[in-house]
Amino acid sequence: MTVTDRAGLRALVVDTLAAFAPEVDYDTLAPDKPLREQIDIDSFDFLNVIIRLHERLGIDIPEADYARLETLDSTLAYLAQRLGLD
Amino acid sequence: MARFEFTMPSLGADMEAGTLVEWHVKPGDAVKRGQVVAVVETQKGAIDVEIWQDGSVAELVVAPGTKVPVGTVLALLDVAGEGPAKAPQPEAPAAAPALSVVAAGAAAASTATRARVSPAARKRALELGVDLAQVGPSSPGGVIESADVERVAKAAAAPAPATGDWQSAMRQAIAAAMAKSKREIPHYYLGTEIDMTRALAWLEAENARLPVTGRMLYAVLLVKALALALREVPGMNGFWTDGAFRAGAGIHVGMAIAMRGGGLVAPAIHDADRKSLPELMAALRDLITRVRGGRLRSSELADPTITLTSLGDQGVEEVYGVIYPPQVALVGFGRVTERVRAENGTAICRRMVTATLAGDHRASDGHRGGLLLTALDRLLQEPEKLA
Repeated sequence: MTVTDRAGLRALVVDTLAAFAPEVDYDTLAPDKPLREQIDIDSFDFLNVIIRLHERLGIDIPEADYARLETLDSTLAYLAQRLGLD
Repeated sequence: MARFEFTMPSLGADMEAGTLVEWHVKPGDAVKRGQVVAVVETQKGAIDVEIWQDGSVAELVVAPGTKVPVGTVLALLDVAGEGPAKAPQPEAPAAAPALSVVAAGAAAASTATRARVSPAARKRALELGVDLAQVGPSSPGGVIESADVERVAKAAAAPAPATGDWQSAMRQAIAAAMAKSKREIPHYYLGTEIDMTRALAWLEAENARLPVTGRMLYAVLLVKALALALREVPGMNGFWTDGAFRAGAGIHVGMAIAMRGGGLVAPAIHDADRKSLPELMAALRDLITRVRGGRLRSSELADPTITLTSLGDQGVEEVYGVIYPPQVALVGFGRVTERVRAENGTAICRRMVTATLAGDHRASDGHRGGLLLTALDRLLQEPEKLA
C-alpha cells in the first residue's frame, strides 16, 4: 500500500490499530489525547503495531522515537515527516 | 511391547470432566513425547492436549464429541519395551494451577468482560436498549456484531435458557481459583524498589542494533532475572500439595497475560532459567499470540511453578498478587517510572520499578522472600549477564 497523503496515512494507521483493538470507534477517538490509553493496548501489541507499520510503510521506528507516538495526531505527524509527506 | 493408557488430563483443581473434540492422530500413527494428539473442550475452553509417551496409537477408545471424567482412558498406545503402564505426567502435580485453567477458557475465548463491539452493534444496542455487557459474540474471540445484539434483544423478550456462556464460565473459574487461594493460602507480601536504569539502557542499546522484528520487551529481562533468582533461593519455585512444599523440577515461569476485554491467563514459559533473552522473547511472543488468537497447550496450563506479572509501561506502580494455587509465590512488577533517588547525598533521577512478592507463608517466611527480591535486584543490575 502506497501512502501519498495525510488521509491515506490516517486510514492505514487506523486500519493497523484496528487489527489489535477492533472494538474501538476511531471516528470518536480524541486525536490529541494519549492513544494507548484510549484503545487499551499493552506493550506487546504496541510492538506489534510498530512491526506492522514497518511492514506496511517500510520505515523502522526506533524505540527512542516511541515518545512521539503519544497521540494519534502526533503519530500521524511523525509518520508523515518520516515519509516525507509534509 | 507394553500398553500405555492415555487418559483425560486434569487441567485444574476444579476440572472434573472434559469433552474430546478432535483427534489429531489415528490408529497406527507414531506419536512422540510432547506431541499434541487431541483437542479437549473444558467448560472453560478448548485446549491442545499433549501426550508424554513415545509409541504408536493402538486404539482410540473415546470418540469425538464424548464427555468423560478426568482419568478416563482416551486411547491406548503400543510402546517399546517394558514401558510404563501409566502416563508419566508432566511434572506438575495433579492439581494444576486453577487460574491457568481459567486461562484456558480465555485462550479459547480470547475476550471477556469488555468484549470487542463493532460501532454498528453499539448503535443497535442503544436503539434496542440492550446492555452490551449481556451480549457475547457469536464465536469465541469474535467481534460483537449487530446480529448478536438483536439475538440478545430477542432472547430477553422471551425467557430463554441460560446460554453456556464462556465469559461467565471464565469469571466463575477465576472466582473459584482466587477464592481457594485466599481461603487456603496465608499470603505475606513484600515490596522493594529496583533501579532499572542500567537494565533498560542496556536493553535499549540491544534493541537499537536489532531489526524491529527482533526487538525485545523488557519483560524478558524480568523473566530471566526471576528464573535465575529462583535458582539461588530455594523454596519459592514449586507447589504446596498434601501439606508440604514440593520443588518444581524446572523453573517454569507462568506469565500473567491480560486478555483483551478482561480476565487473564498465566501459561508457562518452560525452563526460563536456561533460555537466552531472544529465546525468551520468542517464547513470550508465541504464548501471547496463542493466548489472543489460538490455543494453549495442556502443559502450558499445568506446568507453571511460579507466576510473574508485569505491568510494563502502562498502569499503576505497584501490584500485589494473589497466588495461583498450588503455586507458592507470585512476583509482580508495576509500571516503570522516573523517580528521584538519593545517592551519596545528591538527588538524582532514575528509572525505577516496584517489585513485590506474594508468598505462601506455609512454604516460606518473609526472610526467604526478602532474599528472593534482593537477588532479583542484584541480577537486574548486571543485564549483560542475563543475555
